[in-house]
Amino acid sequence: MALFILKRLGNMALIMVLVSLAIFLLLELTPGSVATKVLGPYSSEEQRQIWLETHGYLEPLWVRYFNWLSNFVQGEFGDSIRFKVPVAEVLWPRLWNTVVLGFWTFAIIIPVSLVLGVLAGMREGALLDRSISVTSIITTSVPEFASAVFFSALFVFGLKWLPGTSTMNEGFDPLQLVLPVLVLVVYDFGYVTRMTRASMAEVMTTQYIRTAVLKGLPYRRVILKHALRNALIAPFTIVMLQINWLLSGVIVVEFAFAYKGFGALLLEAALNQDIYVIEACAMVAVFVAAATQTLADIGYTYLNPRIRFS
Amino acid sequence: MSDISKSIQPAPSVALGLLKALKSFALLRESWVGMIGVGLVAFWLLVALLAPLVAPFEPNAQLQPMAKPGTAFAAGGSFWLGTDQLGRDVLSRIIWGSRTVLVYAPLATFCAYVVGIVMGLAAGYYRGWIDEVLSFVANAILSFPVLVLYVLVISTIGPSGLNIVIAITFASAPGIMRIVRGLVLDLRNRDYVAAAQTRGEPGWYIMLIEILPNARGPLIVDACLRLGYVVITIGVLGFLGLGLPPPDPDWGGMINFSRPFVQIMPHMVIFPCIAISSLVLGFNLLADGLREISLRD
Repeated sequence: MALFILKRLGNMALIMVLVSLAIFLLLELTPGSVATKVLGPYSSEEQRQIWLETHGYLEPLWVRYFNWLSNFVQGEFGDSIRFKVPVAEVLWPRLWNTVVLGFWTFAIIIPVSLVLGVLAGMREGALLDRSISVTSIITTSVPEFASAVFFSALFVFGLKWLPGTSTMNEGFDPLQLVLPVLVLVVYDFGYVTRMTRASMAEVMTTQYIRTAVLKGLPYRRVILKHALRNALIAPFTIVMLQINWLLSGVIVVEFAFAYKGFGALLLEAALNQDIYVIEACAMVAVFVAAATQTLADIGYTYLNPRIRFS
Repeated sequence: MSDISKSIQPAPSVALGLLKALKSFALLRESWVGMIGVGLVAFWLLVALLAPLVAPFEPNAQLQPMAKPGTAFAAGGSFWLGTDQLGRDVLSRIIWGSRTVLVYAPLATFCAYVVGIVMGLAAGYYRGWIDEVLSFVANAILSFPVLVLYVLVISTIGPSGLNIVIAITFASAPGIMRIVRGLVLDLRNRDYVAAAQTRGEPGWYIMLIEILPNARGPLIVDACLRLGYVVITIGVLGFLGLGLPPPDPDWGGMINFSRPFVQIMPHMVIFPCIAISSLVLGFNLLADGLREISLRD
């Protein structure tokens, strides 16, 4: 088990190195373009040259990469061009806002999709199963920006129940969180539901469930005591991997509702070529995604006794 | 020798393929979910094909700004779905926009499949270091949250039709590679592969002629799902301002462009949203129907 965990962590470290190299090459391959981005398009050639010299950009590429990486590991991301402050000062509060958004999204997605998935998978092909499956196909077919528009039209302009933007300018307002969370939940719960359903349906066909039913146990007991334990191992992985999808979703939703989160920061930075913010955001996003993937792998192995003890 | 080997191969003729397609369509008719999917996709295909005939106005003509749905135009005709803030007919732009999405989405999906299949076949068939390297690169790309990757790539290489196809290929090929690799690992031990190896067929022949056709079932279902997802991606990129450059109509771009007016003139945004949702739904229902069929055999 310990060896397995070490292997997974090593693999993750290797991937982070490759990803960091890719991000670095994509954004900083030519020092000239970095200088233009930092100093603006109206800077003179001479100014750029001086900036390149003072910031160590005249070193060979691999030296620059290792300097960049070692600064990065220490949390030194450079300065934001747009906000004129160190990137970390902008990044961490924004990331916290996204954590809040993500927390409430998962707090709703997990119970809803597990219950629906188990109900659907309990009796495969029954009316309940079909209706849950079709509903989840419909909700995953509506892109987040479209459901943001539909829900705004209904709850903001029609019923006038909720605020249309989530800027949180006057402090934290839970009402402003409702629409972003709703949009993310509606788009994402279908996938987890379908995966839970598949896992449940598979467990229901196994011999030990048949035995339990045939020896006359009450159906409730078969489901709760026997089926659920095994059926919920796979969804654990799926839920963890959804964090990767959520990081995509928050870009759209935060942009749609002007929520000051991590996704909106990345998008603004990309549109404004705020290069050090882009790098920091991309690295943090990949780190979170890779870490949850690793955690999912380790957790799956731990939860599944057939693998754990072999 | 070569004569004998040719004669014992199943002949994958065009007629046989057509017959099989017809047969699976007949099976699909039993799944009403799948048929709704076929209907939705066929509807948008038809709209895209007949765009010059069915669109009431030029998609980029600035006629009468901010007209509500159903307003009559002074020079004849009606704005059935209203106009946007520049006075362009929303219905005509949705109709012409279906061409944009139905060209770029299949094109990007196709390119991703070509790259993904080649990678997957090579990794699954040759194994060894090729597999190690390709799988590692695929894992690295897949560890990016998809949209982070798109934003990163498109904002660096610039938004254009070609660049969107490149970005989607780059981001989707690893996922396809994983599926193909898994299928190949299962199929490479079959007797017909061993027979071809004994005949002395080259690797590419075994991969493309013997293995790939037998892996097609799951790939077709995945392609349908992926098409739907690529439609969403193109829409999202347009919505975020990273899509196709204006003025030619594209659904995500229309939504992004008219968003500031959503409160007073919701029609400018809602109808493109309905259009894109219905097309994606079509692909997803179709995929569900196809999966049902493949489970039955």
